[in-house]
Amino acid sequence: MIEVDIAIRRGSFAIEAAFTADAPIVALFGRSGAGKSTIVNAIAGITRPARGRIAVGNEVLFDSARGIDVAPESRRVGYVFQDALLFPHMTVAANLAYGARLSAHVGRFVDRDHVVSLLDLGRILDRRPANLSGGEKQRVAIGRALLANPRLLLMDEPLASLDAPRKAEILAYIELLRDELGLPIVYVSHALEEVTRLADAMVLIADGRVVAQGGVAEVLAGHEMQAHTGRFEAGAVVETRVARHDERFGLTLLAFDGGELVVPNVDALPGEPVRARIRARDVSIALSRPSGISIQNVFAAEVVSLSGEFGAIVDVRLRVGATPIVARITRKAAQELALAPGARVHALVKAVSIDRRSVGFA
Amino acid sequence: MPTRDELEIVLLSLKVAFWGVAWSLPVAVATAFVLARKRFPGKTLFDAAVHLPLVLPPVVVGFALLVLFGRQGPIGRLLEPLGIVFAFRWTGAALAAAIMGFPLMVRAIRLAIDAVDARLETAARTLGARAWRVFFTITLPLAWPGVVTGALLAFARALGEFGATVTFVSNIPGETQTLPLAIYTFTQSPGQDAQALHLSLLSVALSLGALALSEWLVRRERPGSNDD
Repeated sequence: MIEVDIAIRRGSFAIEAAFTADAPIVALFGRSGAGKSTIVNAIAGITRPARGRIAVGNEVLFDSARGIDVAPESRRVGYVFQDALLFPHMTVAANLAYGARLSAHVGRFVDRDHVVSLLDLGRILDRRPANLSGGEKQRVAIGRALLANPRLLLMDEPLASLDAPRKAEILAYIELLRDELGLPIVYVSHALEEVTRLADAMVLIADGRVVAQGGVAEVLAGHEMQAHTGRFEAGAVVETRVARHDERFGLTLLAFDGGELVVPNVDALPGEPVRARIRARDVSIALSRPSGISIQNVFAAEVVSLSGEFGAIVDVRLRVGATPIVARITRKAAQELALAPGARVHALVKAVSIDRRSVGFA
Repeated sequence: MPTRDELEIVLLSLKVAFWGVAWSLPVAVATAFVLARKRFPGKTLFDAAVHLPLVLPPVVVGFALLVLFGRQGPIGRLLEPLGIVFAFRWTGAALAAAIMGFPLMVRAIRLAIDAVDARLETAARTLGARAWRVFFTITLPLAWPGVVTGALLAFARALGEFGATVTFVSNIPGETQTLPLAIYTFTQSPGQDAQALHLSLLSVALSLGALALSEWLVRRERPGSNDD
């Protein structure tokens, strides 16, 4: 059982978050900058809230009213950071031993051999972090945190700096932890597919506030989800300049690094800078330049990366000239077209999809 | 080959420089840590005070030491009953060397601590380590090359220290006459240029030796080095 009710002020940004959770894995979900990391930092004792209360089980870690503020080293809250933060001057074995040695007096929660075999660390014990892959680093970081005998494990975007295969690998290990160790985990993420796969409960955070909490399916179905995460509004912003107007058809041509974007008439003089937002769901992909088609904008593009390995939808990051744009397509389509980083494709954007609301003056 | 007198001068210089660095190194590490990691009112002033010996004429520093640590000075008077005397002793030369090298040492160590990812220290805290343990197991080992560099800079500076030393503890052969002071003395006496040259060459050899030693130390201790 985790209870959090805190207020944190960070310059002009204020966080007021209250939630309770009693699930093996609780996800804190929200956009980057929503305040998720600050909240877990407060749970870890790294950030001190202005007021509030934090309790894990029946142990109070912070209570401003009663003047309780347990030091981070005494909280027994494990923390797995996005970039692992292994100690570079120590071997993997020494990294694992670091916290284990310091918490030897509390009851051993899981023994070293179990962690080593669970996370498959046996063959890399003598290596230094500099000689580990991203996935290996993250596994060592998880093992190091587990061996410090935590009563709660915080994971702040532990997959964010990994490539797709490594992500899948670590996800499987985290599932293993959940199922084998019964250690409560607070999992911070802005990737929906991770949350849906791992978490049982989720807390939706936007602008430093909890806007929804409860079971994952319940929160996902709620309208707050769409309103606060912009899940369905993913896209790219393109910096352009007005090239010319097409009076006859009421169109404007916007020049950008990569081509010319045809959009319905924009009220701007030629040469003026204009910012156009192209929503990912409005971009289609074709392998060859299509003919006999109504779409006005066809750009030669290169696939940079594919995200979202889980679920039905894939965001394909493309580069048109030097301009990044995103196409949201089904995973089925991505597979049928055999899209992979480096593939040369054509990006199709309907001119009418870029309406007045998607164009702004820079 | 150096003569006995020359050897004595070299040994005195090494003694003065070594103890000057040895005494000030822990203080410099603490100062560098505070400057790199802590925020407090008056920090800018403190920073400036630490760097003062770098910008002041050495003679001024020597004079200040003479005023403060002389037998009649406010600090010297307090220390004398404890058997600690700086005035006109080699210990005074070491003190002058320590003060003059201090900013160099702090600077190098501070840069090294700045370069240590503070989040590694945070990670160590979450693993159960108290602040002092974090410092000795994470911060200091990772900043080690900077500590070595700082110590070497201060050591080299100490070997070359002249103005503050001569002002504070004078130029007493066998007690406070370090290499630069001896060289100066020879250059001031007619017909002793050969000795001056000889000592100068020794001085160059010493500096190169110190440089090589520090290079070796840093190389040996470099964290994250390949060893598999």
